[in-house]
Amino acid sequence: MHPAPSVIIFTSLSGIGFGLLFFLGLGLPAPKGWVAFVFFAIAYVLAVGGLLASTFHLGHPERFLKAFSQWRSSWLSREAWLSVAALSVMGLYGAGLVFYGVAIAPLGWVGAILSLATVYATSMIYAQLKTVPRWNTPLTTVLFMVLALAGGALLSGNINVAMMLLLAAGVVQIAYWIGGDQALARSGTTLGTATGFAQKGQMRAFEPPHTGTNYLLREFVHVVGRKHAAKLRIISLILMIGTPILMLSLTFSHVIALIAVIAHIAGVFVSRWLFFAQAEHVVGLYYGKR
Amino acid sequence: MTELPSRTNRKLGLVIDLDTCVGCHACVISCKGWNTENYGAPLSDQSAYGANPSGTFLNRVHSYEIMPESGGAAQLIHFPKSCLHCEDAPCVTVCPTGASYKRVDDGIVLVNENDCIGCGLCAWACPYGAREMDAAEGVMKKCTLCVDRIYNDNLPEEDRVPACVRTCPAGARHFGDFADPDSNVSRLSAERGGFDLMPEQGTKPVNKYLPPRPKDTMEEVDILAPLLTPIAEEPVGFMAWLDKTLEKI
Repeated sequence: MHPAPSVIIFTSLSGIGFGLLFFLGLGLPAPKGWVAFVFFAIAYVLAVGGLLASTFHLGHPERFLKAFSQWRSSWLSREAWLSVAALSVMGLYGAGLVFYGVAIAPLGWVGAILSLATVYATSMIYAQLKTVPRWNTPLTTVLFMVLALAGGALLSGNINVAMMLLLAAGVVQIAYWIGGDQALARSGTTLGTATGFAQKGQMRAFEPPHTGTNYLLREFVHVVGRKHAAKLRIISLILMIGTPILMLSLTFSHVIALIAVIAHIAGVFVSRWLFFAQAEHVVGLYYGKR
Repeated sequence: MTELPSRTNRKLGLVIDLDTCVGCHACVISCKGWNTENYGAPLSDQSAYGANPSGTFLNRVHSYEIMPESGGAAQLIHFPKSCLHCEDAPCVTVCPTGASYKRVDDGIVLVNENDCIGCGLCAWACPYGAREMDAAEGVMKKCTLCVDRIYNDNLPEEDRVPACVRTCPAGARHFGDFADPDSNVSRLSAERGGFDLMPEQGTKPVNKYLPPRPKDTMEEVDILAPLLTPIAEEPVGFMAWLDKTLEKI
């Protein structure tokens, strides 16, 4: 799949943003006044910034309101609703903390659940696609959730929880890569089933439909980035998991925390880039590109 | 509404005969021509005469080479591919805006371009590459089964079929109603063993493909053979001496 920057930024940042809102909603921590304002500002910049970035890849972003209409069948529509609901509820909860110094706990709990549900919906946009075997697994949801929670714990300063979640995220990420590498083969979709000639003999794509490229090849058949996949996986693990854990085990200071957060976000970007760049859409089979 | 209808009154679709298709791409051109001038946004081209031409097409013809397991000559198969108007169309249910829908009356899968936000998720959900985002219009384009031809009373009756079917010089494309077991397409598919593409994806395509017939093996028949002197299998004379001498070296 084409690793579009808008979608990488969207899933990474809004994931971490909603992860932070989850912990704020639980009251871990429950700051007041200006400190609360800073916490909520960071969470909203990440979550809303990510959501705005996602509109950049739309052909007609001005029609985005229509995307709220199909929540009964579409995960993208459900995500739109859940994100707005989460941001609204957490906005009220945050206003209570910032302006009145009051934590309305039940409101926070509802907001926390909605924040987590938003990340779940985001992950389901990808996990539902049978056409991309690497994504079509519950592990996609687990990966998105655990990364959002780890990032949220890190940003909210829940150091012990963050350590455990980062370790868990590392394990899930490695399992995801290992499983993903065999996903297309396991799916049973081949050029043979794509054309119906599986039984007829050895086949190869002889001529593509056009000499030039097209939307399908640009969007679904990204093969360039796979060359350095192994190196990028290691870089991603070091930045996303290793560096923050190392930083968290040192004595706390704001500089160290900042390094941990920046490294983690950079690592999530690399991981998310690989998530798209390595995903094989079955339509590539028709072009002999797998 | 992007929920799929539980059943459709008719199932309009195509039978594509891979035995007959000669790979001339006439269906590609007539499709582009008709659908650029009629229903919805035109199918744009980018840099059509430049170094890297690219454009939107609703129908594309691939070619595959098969080496039979049993040996024998390789077969070249031309493979036109367009929307299969699936019964369980994954492109419809993922649409967040309701722009994508499957018609209850005839089963045609369409895009309401005024509602399309151009998110591209339907194209991601389609295993066949049947949907293409138009780079100029920013909306999703797909085969309409020439919905503006098949019901068009202003056209002569023989033209009320999809443009690709009407134009095919080899008669490799057939249009009809698969819900009717006695229709031309249902019988053709039953007789010739029409099959689905990627059945494991669970999309239940309406369009069916007919397999290419195995190639004949031609017996060597030469009516002049009895009149010709057989060519000596073993060399004679100087050539025989040369052959033997060279063997010895």
